[in-house]
Amino acid sequence: MDLLSYFVFFSVTASIFGIATLGLNLQWGFTGIMNVGIVGFFGVGAYTSAYLTGPNYPEAFGGFGLHPLIGYLGAMLTSGLVAAVVGIPTIRLKHDFLAIGTFGIAICIQLVAMNWKSATRGFDGLHSLPKPFTALAGTPFLANLYYLIMVLVFIALITFALERMVRSPWGRMLRAIREDEDAAAALGKNAFAFRLQTFVFGSMLMGLAGALYANFMGFISPQDLLPIFTFQVFVMLVVGGSGNNYGALLGAVIIWALWTVTESVLGAILPTELRQQVSAIRVVMVGAILVGMLLYRPQGLLPERRNSSPEARIRN
Amino acid sequence: MTAALHLEVTDLVAGYAPDVPILRGMSLSVHTGEIVTVLGPNGAGKSTLIKAIAGLVPTSSGAIRVRGNNIMGLATHRLVTAGVAYVPQVDNIFTRLSVQENLEIGGMAAPIELRQRIAEIYALFPDLARLRQLAAGKLSGGQRQMVAVARALMARPHLIMLDEPSAGLSPKLTEMVFQKLLDVRALGVTVLVVEQNAKAALAISDRGYVLAEGQQRFTGTASDLLCSPEVGELYLGTRTKLAS
Amino acid sequence: MMVQMLVDGVVAASFITLGVVGLSMVYNILNFPTFAQGDHIATGGYIALGLVALIGTAGSIAGLSFGWPLILALVCAAVLNGVVALALDRAIFSRLRRQNASRISLIMASFGVALMLRHLIIVFAGHEPHYFSFAIQPALDFGGVRITRNELVAVAVTTALVIGLHLFLSRTWLGKSMRAVSENPSLAKVNGIDVNRVILWTWVISAGLAAVAGVLLGVVVQIHPFMGFELLLPMFAALIVGGMTSIYGAVLGALLIGLAEGITVQYFVPEYRQAVSFIVVILVLMVRPNGILGEKA
Repeated sequence: MDLLSYFVFFSVTASIFGIATLGLNLQWGFTGIMNVGIVGFFGVGAYTSAYLTGPNYPEAFGGFGLHPLIGYLGAMLTSGLVAAVVGIPTIRLKHDFLAIGTFGIAICIQLVAMNWKSATRGFDGLHSLPKPFTALAGTPFLANLYYLIMVLVFIALITFALERMVRSPWGRMLRAIREDEDAAAALGKNAFAFRLQTFVFGSMLMGLAGALYANFMGFISPQDLLPIFTFQVFVMLVVGGSGNNYGALLGAVIIWALWTVTESVLGAILPTELRQQVSAIRVVMVGAILVGMLLYRPQGLLPERRNSSPEARIRN
Repeated sequence: MTAALHLEVTDLVAGYAPDVPILRGMSLSVHTGEIVTVLGPNGAGKSTLIKAIAGLVPTSSGAIRVRGNNIMGLATHRLVTAGVAYVPQVDNIFTRLSVQENLEIGGMAAPIELRQRIAEIYALFPDLARLRQLAAGKLSGGQRQMVAVARALMARPHLIMLDEPSAGLSPKLTEMVFQKLLDVRALGVTVLVVEQNAKAALAISDRGYVLAEGQQRFTGTASDLLCSPEVGELYLGTRTKLAS
Repeated sequence: MMVQMLVDGVVAASFITLGVVGLSMVYNILNFPTFAQGDHIATGGYIALGLVALIGTAGSIAGLSFGWPLILALVCAAVLNGVVALALDRAIFSRLRRQNASRISLIMASFGVALMLRHLIIVFAGHEPHYFSFAIQPALDFGGVRITRNELVAVAVTTALVIGLHLFLSRTWLGKSMRAVSENPSLAKVNGIDVNRVILWTWVISAGLAAVAGVLLGVVVQIHPFMGFELLLPMFAALIVGGMTSIYGAVLGALLIGLAEGITVQYFVPEYRQAVSFIVVILVLMVRPNGILGEKA
């Protein structure tokens, strides 16, 4: 693949990660709720879009052949729905339950994708998923380029919307709830509603990321639903800066760049015996980065742009 | 004969956040064998004072000395071996452990003969002996308070500090608790009490301090404070004596 | 048949039990659910594997597919696993505690540690499964109910350790201190308990039991890098089902989850094993929202 094509490919995937990271930022950065099952919502979105936009599969569900934009919309709806189902019982409770609950849901979703072969085709996956503008583009390179432009437009719209939401009274309320548990308790039912809303919106973004990924790659399988994705998004947000939308995007680009580059660099410099372990070594490295950031610069590269009270700063 | 200085707090500045101190230069002294009460309105810093002495609230400046030894900055778990006992206001017993186990935990860190000491404590608190196997969480408010005080006495402290021991108790139980404090003093233990119930506390105390907004307002003998209109105003809003 | 399902369930429960005891301890004393507990199980198993490889063989006694070499390796692995957990606490978790890091940061750090441990295993030992012994173990037959000697040993060892745990918690100073700290750390300090010491022993015991789980699982099934991660959801399920604050509840929860898995494997597809524990959690919480032995908030 020549450099320009590779750059486009990289940019699309980095942007997709960026959207997922924006979703986590809404949930964790702005609201302080923990989602350890990011890949689950990503998967729900990806498979939904695959079912809606894919060709008719003889041995599986779906294949309505609709336009990808409908796929994206459907993905957001289903992932939002799953988030509501998971969130309603758990958000009321302690953080731990949501963390464990989302973790569990992601595993269940992965298991269903792997094993319910009549619905999902198991590891064979769902293939031949369309990209929009292919006819218009003519060449694969242009199709990818148009895809990139589309994704970047999405990101711009989403970031704009998120920034507006965060500065609004709704957003201020969110921060109050995040920073002061007692205020949250006093608000009772309202705090729950706020948290649920952000959890659902954030998950919808993750679902959108999944759909964008599926249609870009043209293929989705359970191999794309591994916990490593959740881990990658965590690192992206922690590195970029939790509580800052631009931080989320920056973190996505940096970590994805690191992730893709280390593959080749490690492969080149490591002795032959360790070559097969390149991806494992990469995970260890990035894991060390996550832990290191949490220890030494928890606010990330672009800290949150807020004036928090001294009491809140101490608590956080 | 003047008794020795047992506990000496000098110009203590303390609070959860360094730039938001709750105690702003508090001083007090307790002599060996005394019962001293610290009074004051809510938010004055009474609890913070005891917690700071116990090492549970950070201190910025000042001094805390027990029998001449500086204990400021001493890790809380070393209080027991320093002979200082502390009974918090809330969550002052292990509800999931039995009464017996609560006492054992109280005596664990000290170099004492545990079985014998537990027998001595049951002699002081006969009601607890028959409740010994029950989980402490199943006891009534008054009984729990007894467990908390008994537990604090296990390690043979020479100084005991209590944070609002009458909180949530009926007048009859309050009287029982304060009577117990007199018994404790009779054993040779110096007592520092923080209390809301000024009259009942002063009735058994030798001296008292009135704390307001993190600083000492008044001090004197118990009868001085009971008869002082200023103290009455702080508590009752009007210049009436507490002892009426 | 029914009894076979119960037997399979109890065997499955053994591994979950040994892991969840440690998870419960860390949760109640260090105040966060550690996502690395599964991988402590795996590291324990792999350390033992390495030691056995050094010795040369796992040995064999009384028809089991292991002998003294493995037992020795197990003990050493338990100790070494404790050392690893302590090192991680020293380097990471205690620092986060000192910085008053949020619970979420602790959870995230544990997730990172989990992945690092798992992939370090892959770096050093590869993806493929390993075995302590290649001797085929015929199953014992008790009137139609089949169980291998290895499985019997796993259940026996777990039972013994659970009994030992009970004695430890109810009769020893350290055990009572741990119970005190898990209820009220500040009151424990006031009573002279050195909470840092208790934390140290919490990691050691937790990782030690995890290592036993890893070795037993390796003997009964196999050793592979994801062996611990696959137990993570069942362990969390057992913890929740039992009532988060009760260690005995966690043991009970593990039994319940194990039995549920035993049933599913018989009647439904074994691949959905982990999902089963999730469903059990939902069912139990609907009936008893605080878990079986949990306290009302």
